[in-house]
Amino acid sequence: MTVNLLVFLFLGVVAIAAAAGLILSRNTIYSALFLIINFLAVAAIYLVMGASFIALAQITIYAGAIMVLFLFVIMMLGTEKPKEVEQIKWQRPLAIVLAAAVLIEGVYALITRVALKVTTTAGTAALSDPKTLGLSLYNKYSLPFEITSVILLVAAIGAVVLTQKTRKGSGQ
Amino acid sequence: MIPIVYPLSLAVVMFCVGIVGFLLRKNAIVIFMCLELMFNAANLAFITFANHFQLIDGQVIVIFIMTVAAAEVAVGLALMVAIFRTKHTVDIDQLNSLKG
Repeated sequence: MTVNLLVFLFLGVVAIAAAAGLILSRNTIYSALFLIINFLAVAAIYLVMGASFIALAQITIYAGAIMVLFLFVIMMLGTEKPKEVEQIKWQRPLAIVLAAAVLIEGVYALITRVALKVTTTAGTAALSDPKTLGLSLYNKYSLPFEITSVILLVAAIGAVVLTQKTRKGSGQ
Repeated sequence: MIPIVYPLSLAVVMFCVGIVGFLLRKNAIVIFMCLELMFNAANLAFITFANHFQLIDGQVIVIFIMTVAAAEVAVGLALMVAIFRTKHTVDIDQLNSLKG
């Protein structure tokens, strides 16, 4: 049991507990806070695996920007608690059966395809260096990188258009 | 070091928890958060394999996923605000106007 393994196991338990809290909590704000805990735990796991830049990007983008947006919208719309009444009777058992099917499939793939003895390697300087990441991003992946800028532009315009109040008499 | 089965199992479990939440919860915002949880699980698998094969490409793809997730959240929450304005609810069971 190395220190890395102990840290990973602790973080994994925290991540799963936070994920469970996310779907079990009745209050939407609590769900969002549980998701932030999950993101932080996963970011720490990235650090253990030597992906330092991704870990910090995860904290700033996910736990920072995206979750603030979520909390903002939750506070704007009010934390209404919808009646958790089953409108479709077989929804709950079916959901659990479907999730169990995916779980079994994933475990089967892990057992058959991944050797149990293979371990992660220590984060080499080349792999945890943001410079390597930047070089790859701007050389090999420059075209997808440009496309993401278009996606972000479209998303920004779309968000503005969707939340725009319709003017009177414009027929909208 | 960590056997790569552990982070991959964690990713599988997190993805399944996301699916359960996605299918069970009625609040559209919580459903969105479950989507983010599933994105996160996929990212974890990518980072694990980037470490395993000692390739930077996995990390690059995670950056792309984060970008797309951010765009998706912006549009999705804007949609939710627009829906709330007309329907005054984000309960997906109430949004059944298209039901025949």
